[in-house]
Amino acid sequence: MAIDTLQQDASGKLRHFLTIEGLSRSLLSEILNLAESFLTVDEQHVKKVPLLRGKTIANLFFESSTRTRTTFELAAKRLSADVLNINIQTSATSKGESLLDMLHNLEAMHCDMFIVRHADSGAAHFIARHVAPHVSVINAGDGSHAHPTQGMLDMFTIRRHKGADFNRLRVAIIGDVMHSRVARSQIHALNILGVGELRVIAPKTLVPAAAHALGVHVYHDMARGLADVDVVIMLRLQRERMRGALIPSGSEYFQLYGLNEEMLGLAKADAIVMHPGPINRGIEMDSAVADGKQSVILEQVSNGIAVRMAVMAMCLGRAAEGESA
Amino acid sequence: MSEANAMTGSHTVIRHGRLIDPANGRDEIADLYLAAGRIVAIGNAPADFVVSQEIDAQGLWVLPGLVDLHAQLREPGEKHKASIASETRAAAAAGITTLCCGPDTQPVIDTPAIVELIHSKASNAGMTRVHPLAALTQGLAGDQLSEMHALRQAGCVAMSNGKVPMGNTLVLRRALEYAAGLDIPVMLYAEDPWLGATGCVHEGVVAARLGLPGIPSCAEVIAVGRDLMLIEQTGVRAHFCQLSSARAVELIVAAQQRGITVTADVCAHQLYLTEIDVGQFNSLCHVRPPLRSQRDRDGLRKALADGNINAICSDHQPHDADAKLAPFPTTEPGISALETLLPLTLRLVDESLLTLAQAVAAVSSQPAKILGLDAGTLSLGAMADICIVDPHKYWTVSAQTLRSRGKNTPLLGWEMKGQVSHTLLAGKIVFQQVT
Repeated sequence: MAIDTLQQDASGKLRHFLTIEGLSRSLLSEILNLAESFLTVDEQHVKKVPLLRGKTIANLFFESSTRTRTTFELAAKRLSADVLNINIQTSATSKGESLLDMLHNLEAMHCDMFIVRHADSGAAHFIARHVAPHVSVINAGDGSHAHPTQGMLDMFTIRRHKGADFNRLRVAIIGDVMHSRVARSQIHALNILGVGELRVIAPKTLVPAAAHALGVHVYHDMARGLADVDVVIMLRLQRERMRGALIPSGSEYFQLYGLNEEMLGLAKADAIVMHPGPINRGIEMDSAVADGKQSVILEQVSNGIAVRMAVMAMCLGRAAEGESA
Repeated sequence: MSEANAMTGSHTVIRHGRLIDPANGRDEIADLYLAAGRIVAIGNAPADFVVSQEIDAQGLWVLPGLVDLHAQLREPGEKHKASIASETRAAAAAGITTLCCGPDTQPVIDTPAIVELIHSKASNAGMTRVHPLAALTQGLAGDQLSEMHALRQAGCVAMSNGKVPMGNTLVLRRALEYAAGLDIPVMLYAEDPWLGATGCVHEGVVAARLGLPGIPSCAEVIAVGRDLMLIEQTGVRAHFCQLSSARAVELIVAAQQRGITVTADVCAHQLYLTEIDVGQFNSLCHVRPPLRSQRDRDGLRKALADGNINAICSDHQPHDADAKLAPFPTTEPGISALETLLPLTLRLVDESLLTLAQAVAAVSSQPAKILGLDAGTLSLGAMADICIVDPHKYWTVSAQTLRSRGKNTPLLGWEMKGQVSHTLLAGKIVFQQVT
């Protein structure tokens, strides 16, 4: 595939990290390998490396988030960068300032990187197209489009448990794929890494009309879909989906697509259970599964820091090379 | 005769051009004589004709002035985007001498006063004939009929609810019945108000990939199906605007075969672009109806070649730059399209989809016939609304070459073949290409 000139430079290095779609297997492996090396930073007495000293990173969250914002902040600090948290709900765009005006103001304050979360699909691409050339943009979730660092931390977690050969793996993603940026990023990443079989399990109302084009096999029956899978990825069901005409109720959803121990028994005995959080206990899964020995959910959170460090270092590392050249 | 000369100004002859006049089955090299704003002779000069202006059309095509069934001029209400003056000037440069503008202005075209305002601004500009389409329902709100008789008396040639879907089927039925009783044509934009409500792209592979809310084809197909039943029942003269899906066209063809009189048009860009052109969130491809699949595009092309789709329109929607500078779903839909209408239509001839006569008819005599307008032909005695084209001239679409205030087209950078050299409105040159 041709290099995406928006998020990669001419030599294929990351300028921005907007989507996993279109990236090469070797680039994804590079991210995972670098994250592996950062994992030990967490265990050191002084949890810092000086890679991004003197860089300023702005967290621009147009949508609220605790986990993602915090892990990005921690990742930036462990790389010794300065971090600016901007809460947009109370900031200027609500006073009618345009998104672009606000970005240009932040650029004038010499920010080197924007971490962006936004409710509209395509927001990160839009911002990346309009920032100054030295600024990198990392997509921390745009609408239903992509959440590429979450996708990569999930790959990282799978690799640590199941090894680097994704071709041996059968993976099932269960839940609201239609509205899930996490699922889209996972699907791209798994396919690029050469996953053996990728299944999506959900009611028809929560699967995109052209899901086949994403490279997945669609199941509407949980038991059949879970048979013999190595990795079970649960998605969060947004509360507002339960109010529309997408599903009748949370309890009916749990009956058909909730993960309990009995259902999990249909997967391989050593299958791992993942969830991007926060979990709706009793809607997506039983507490017994969420807290059970097959669950790697909390590990995903800690892995998120290392993976985000890797992506930030790769984007800004390229910029640093450019400056010295 | 000399008295008449003095009263009506110039006597013009267009020499050596290739006259292409599908309505009269004419395609020949001949001189065209114009006087008193009308075509007075073809071939030989009439007696007493004193030439006061001569246009050398050697190597050029002389077409009827184009008729565009739908273009937004943004006035009244959105003058920061465009104005009647700016867009009719662009229309003249595009060879368009008659255009219909939609009722979705601010305020809505639902009173004779607004119709008069638009007529007066258009006639002051003097670049092209403008026919406002009057609102089918008051304020386009879909609950109360507009004063169709008064609006027709003010000069409206057809009714339309713009791009606001008609949700209430009972109101639509009443509106069509009332229009049928007055023999006023109705232009229908087919979209189910619920299925398409939150979408911004075709519900297909690109929507799935980009996580954008989709507008399914069935939003159009269901509305066309419902509307066809009401057209059959009420006997109204109806026309479907800006079709985007192959399945909707099939329904219309089936209805035509059952003897129901109904016509349809398609936007020129729908014949070339598909959902794939949205690429990585290209907001210039955000348009309503959305760019659909390749199969839809092929279906539209076939229906055009078969004569089931009767006209090609621009559906011109000029925007200010800011309207497209935002994340994709929050940008405003629409393409600036007046100036690409003719070259995109002629390109269908180069691609062997249409004959030259079919292509010219689709942007002149056919749309005129749909609304019963006295336009779109080079008949003796017809208004001298004429478009002269250099068919071999290449030009590139760019912010500089477009005269419209709206530079919002995904065709920026496309090379077009065929450039308007002169446009005449009632015998008067309103546009001449600077060479």
